Amino acid sequence: MIGRAFLVCRLAVKDLRHRPAQALLLLLAIAAGTTTLTLGLALHGTTNSPYARTRAATNGPDVVATVMPGGSSAPAPSTQARPGSRGPTMTVAQEAAALVPLEHAAGVAASSGPFPVTWTSLRKGHTNGGAEVEGRSTAVSSVDQPKLLRGSWIQPGGVVVEAGFASALGIRVGDQLTLGGNSFKVVGTAATAAIPSYPDVCAEAEGCFIVGNVSSANPGLIWATAADAARIAGTDGPIAYFLNLKLDDASAATTFADRYNANTSPSAPYLLSWQRIRSGDAQVLIKVQTVLSTGSWLLALLAIASVAVLVGGSMSEQTRRVGLLKAVGGTPRIVAVVLLLEHALVGLCAAAVGLIVGWLTAPLVDAPGAGLIGAPNAPSLTGSTVGFVVALALGVAILATFVPAIRAARQSTVAALNDAARPPRRRAWLIALSTKLPAPLLLGVRIASRRPRRLVLSIFSVAVTTSGLVTVLLIHATGSNWSLGPQVMRVTTLISVMLIALAAVNTIFIAWTTALDARHSAALARALGATSQQITTGLTVAQLFPALVGVLLGIPGGIAIYNNPNHTGPTALPPAFWTFATIVLTLLAIAALTAVPTRIGARRSVAAVLQADAT
Amino acid sequence: MNESVLLRARGLRKLYGSGEGLVRAVDDVDLDVMRGEMLAVMGPSGCGKSTLLHLLGGLDRPSAGELSVAGRRIDQLSERALAQLRRHEVGFVFQAYHLMDELTAQENVELPALLAGRAPRDAKRRARQLLDQVGLADRADHLPSALSGGQRQRVAIARALANEPVVVLADEPTGNLDSAATLEVLRLFEVLHNGGLTLVIVTHDERIAAIADRLISMRDGALVDETRLAGGTRRSLADFAGLES
Repeated sequence: MIGRAFLVCRLAVKDLRHRPAQALLLLLAIAAGTTTLTLGLALHGTTNSPYARTRAATNGPDVVATVMPGGSSAPAPSTQARPGSRGPTMTVAQEAAALVPLEHAAGVAASSGPFPVTWTSLRKGHTNGGAEVEGRSTAVSSVDQPKLLRGSWIQPGGVVVEAGFASALGIRVGDQLTLGGNSFKVVGTAATAAIPSYPDVCAEAEGCFIVGNVSSANPGLIWATAADAARIAGTDGPIAYFLNLKLDDASAATTFADRYNANTSPSAPYLLSWQRIRSGDAQVLIKVQTVLSTGSWLLALLAIASVAVLVGGSMSEQTRRVGLLKAVGGTPRIVAVVLLLEHALVGLCAAAVGLIVGWLTAPLVDAPGAGLIGAPNAPSLTGSTVGFVVALALGVAILATFVPAIRAARQSTVAALNDAARPPRRRAWLIALSTKLPAPLLLGVRIASRRPRRLVLSIFSVAVTTSGLVTVLLIHATGSNWSLGPQVMRVTTLISVMLIALAAVNTIFIAWTTALDARHSAALARALGATSQQITTGLTVAQLFPALVGVLLGIPGGIAIYNNPNHTGPTALPPAFWTFATIVLTLLAIAALTAVPTRIGARRSVAAVLQADAT
Repeated sequence: MNESVLLRARGLRKLYGSGEGLVRAVDDVDLDVMRGEMLAVMGPSGCGKSTLLHLLGGLDRPSAGELSVAGRRIDQLSERALAQLRRHEVGFVFQAYHLMDELTAQENVELPALLAGRAPRDAKRRARQLLDQVGLADRADHLPSALSGGQRQRVAIARALANEPVVVLADEPTGNLDSAATLEVLRLFEVLHNGGLTLVIVTHDERIAAIADRLISMRDGALVDETRLAGGTRRSLADFAGLES
């Protein structure tokens, strides 16, 4: 028993060492999925510590109370906002006065404000956006004094931009901004714990009020002097007020806020606890997690196809090895176990790579940017995260290896020793159809159709990749990237690149294994007068049929992923031009990637191939 | 059954295809191979001699007929049982050597012993001993790619002997070798035969038959001739033109 176990391990390890390039490709294919899954799982709760640091550094409020123009129950942003309107029953002074009783409420230890707030459009060079401008004193506030990260605090004509917002729009100290038609100089950037970071300033603030053409964009926070804020608001501009409160018991902030929010009177203030602000800060990461988890599933599916293709390809090269193992007394079970173990080992390595890379890169992906102070600590890898990632890696490896392993175990020993190609599956309709094709294409179609499972893998691989790319195209086409923010877009781009890379590997290996399978037929065709060019063209064109099916399946797949049940708004469809371009470019890429390995395969010496066939 | 009969075939058939495409690779063969005998099987290409060898060793299943090894019927055995038969009772030597490229000479020889469940240390010791016997102790750690054709075939013979089989079946063992390497391999077979091992050798080379006890000829899947020889001697080998050492 020990001897057999030793042998199985030796054969698995030695074969991996014998074919390092293939083992590395397998590892990378599975590691792409495990890394993204690790990232997705590791992000949970990683903003807690930067938020706590920011809250401590800014003496952040436990509760922020807001009164809005026309009362705190003012309509939701964008569609119902009426620029320049004020509630019919309240004056500015009355709005601010509504907050005063809170300063002396039971349980309140300290406060700052009320600070006037207005919303306006922002322009910096060719960049347009929206801004939430908060009027502040030039003096230091006892509660919520934004922590300056660069430059100096506000001054007349000089504003400070929330650091996350500044980072996203590329705003630097010294830049000139236009706010509501007034020009200001950026004198500093700062972090705060009183509102969620950009682009989720409005994530938790009900009634976050956006004016006019700003309504299509998420506003970022800018601090200005109270006088400048009033100037930006204009005579009739909407002015709201923020009041920052410190409580005796910070942990009771949500209960405190809920007690006051129970009053639904239009003139009642709306209270937001620090816990809800923190969860608003996590919105970016929730979106990143959504993209990562969707991406990791797509990559895992693609990895299954990659491993199946790679294993199928290696089986074409290892037929004699299987035959030899059986000839010297290896049972079908040992043959299957060697193959499964070999790829399970790669899967385990890929799980380890994914866990390490995911763990190391998580702080880069979930970095709070400039919106919060300090990078989050490297996330801790919990048992469940490790379990999920290992299960995914082993699942991919074993699922993709299972069919080839069983097939190898069942293969005739003599046929395997002779390295005989598996007999083709003949289909009368396909034969009848292909007889009308030109000779090179006929050969290509017949060879490609010999391996229906490989055809399915090819379609599957292209369909998964196209789905992912169409989803990304939809994000760009619908302008969702504005609200998703730079972190999400970085991750989306990264996953797109990984999808394309894996799909390219799949395409090359499918072409290579097809060329390997076709070596005898191709050599014979060349012996009878066909050129290498004709063989290459035939095989390449034959690969385009399944690719076309894959693209046509992938486009609705991508639309379905984007318009998932959590998607709000009308069903989005990609522009016709982009759809057409996706089809054409995908087919061109596949043709190019297929032509190279098939051309190399078609150049083998005819005599050598036919001679090998005869021995 | 006579206890001295090691391999027995009765009405053995192997058919491929059907209808007009039916091929009788082995057609109604009756054959006894005695313990300690060296049997040479000859015939033109495609006459079915390799197929017969595969059937005798349990590499392939007959379409009809009876087949026994050491008194045990093997024609109805499961794939698993056939694997165990190949592991313990039969050693194979192939024309193309069929060594695992990624394993060293020693590891290749250890393979059957480990499959048989021997402890790694025992398998290693046995492999060393066999490589020494075939004169390759100094090449034990070389990969097959670093060995000559003759050396590879000697490794393959050592591997075939790893589990002390009752019979070694060799399919064109010198087909890929030059004259000097052929002489090396034949001397090895002769030594093994003199030690009491049963050998069945499929070959095209009439000179190899010179060291056999018996020669059978095949044509179109059937046995057509049988010749009992005097038995191999060193003189027979020395008669090979240009091979005198």
